[in-house]
Amino acid sequence: MANWTRACGVEDIDLEDVGRFDHAGRVFAIYRAPDGQFYATDGICTHEHAILSDGLVMDHLIECPKHMGRFDYRSGAARGAPVCVALRTYPVRVEGDDVLIDLG
Amino acid sequence: MEMASLLRFRTSRDYSLVGPETAKAIESGLASGEWYKTPIERKLLKSLMQRSDGPALRDTAIWLGLLAILGTAGTLLAGSWWAVPVFALYGVLYASAADSRWHECGHRTAFKTTWLNDVVYVLASFMLLRSPTAWRWSHARHHTDTIIVGRDPEIAGMRPPQLIIMALNFLGLVNVPQSLMTQVRYAAGRLNDEEKSYIPETERKKVTREAWAILAIHGGAVVLAVATQSLVPVLLIGLPNVYGIWLLALMGLTQHLGLAEDVLDHRLDSRTVYMNPVLRFIYWNMNYHVEHHMYPTVPYHALPALHEAIRHDCPAPMRSLFAAWGEMLPAVFRQLNEPGYFISKELPPGAGQPAQRGR
Repeated sequence: MANWTRACGVEDIDLEDVGRFDHAGRVFAIYRAPDGQFYATDGICTHEHAILSDGLVMDHLIECPKHMGRFDYRSGAARGAPVCVALRTYPVRVEGDDVLIDLG
Repeated sequence: MEMASLLRFRTSRDYSLVGPETAKAIESGLASGEWYKTPIERKLLKSLMQRSDGPALRDTAIWLGLLAILGTAGTLLAGSWWAVPVFALYGVLYASAADSRWHECGHRTAFKTTWLNDVVYVLASFMLLRSPTAWRWSHARHHTDTIIVGRDPEIAGMRPPQLIIMALNFLGLVNVPQSLMTQVRYAAGRLNDEEKSYIPETERKKVTREAWAILAIHGGAVVLAVATQSLVPVLLIGLPNVYGIWLLALMGLTQHLGLAEDVLDHRLDSRTVYMNPVLRFIYWNMNYHVEHHMYPTVPYHALPALHEAIRHDCPAPMRSLFAAWGEMLPAVFRQLNEPGYFISKELPPGAGQPAQRGR
């Protein structure tokens, strides 16, 4: 069952950047791709504890700020050592000025 | 001080990655801990993290170009005394400079283009007799658990310090035989328990393949030297790790030597040292070591700007390599008889509170 939750405002995240969203004790990362599309993944690296929203977005990759492992934030796929395990992704939609993610 | 105390090969603490200190580090929360970071406004940090191929392409072209020129000149001058200074320079550029290329490209921050990082990383790894895969994982652990005893595989200055080993390694006399033996072991498909603690199972076959390549390249140089009755092939490949590594030891030991162990704060376990542009070219700005550890996503060419952004929150940098050694040497000699001693870095007034220290 869908559980759409407001994560941030559209203008809170620059193009080709990432923001942090904390909800119910969990951390999420919200991405705004160079083409303006929004995406969401778990906010902690699957390799070791690091907050992905402190990292660098390059095109459709997020680079972990600790060990520079990379993920494709559209699919969550691991794209470079030392990360080997994919990130969980979440559906995203934009309603007016709000970015919502489906935590259901 | 007795001479015997300079030759200690046992340490008072267990620095292995599978011993009692490992369990203690995990229990106390030091392993994979939350490290202190000087706050930086996101827009500034994002600009500092931006990647570019330009600086590293320029620096790599100069580096490889100089190696080609000096290597050719050394080969042509072989047998004459003129070859000595030429190879001395070649060796430093080969071994000491390769370390920083290995390091930056291992982080994949030097170039924007991933494959350029990977190509230079593999090249520099092979030059330094290092397995690209094993060292990538070792260095990841070094960044997770910097100078956390029982967790960090890259602690160069154990306590009490292994002064004879450190001194011999200015000529690679311990590191080179050790690296060769490690490659032979890797080629046989054997990893020790410590390596298994940080290299995932899926990566281990790569380690074996790389070891065969490293041994083949260096074995080939030896065979060529014997066949041609000339030292030139091994002066070009392999031996620079003996005669050209001294500058890396001189610069690299300043990174953490004599500073705190077991503290989740890079301002206290790492050292920033001002160096001249020539040294910074060879070292690719790794003298900004507090900055590098605090924000490893910032590429080497942006580290001076990062230094300016966070220096208000960090201990005063050492003004020169000479000053850094002036701080380190008395400390390591004192640690021979007082292993618990370390240099306690003073934070400036108003700096952020130090993170957890000690166990």
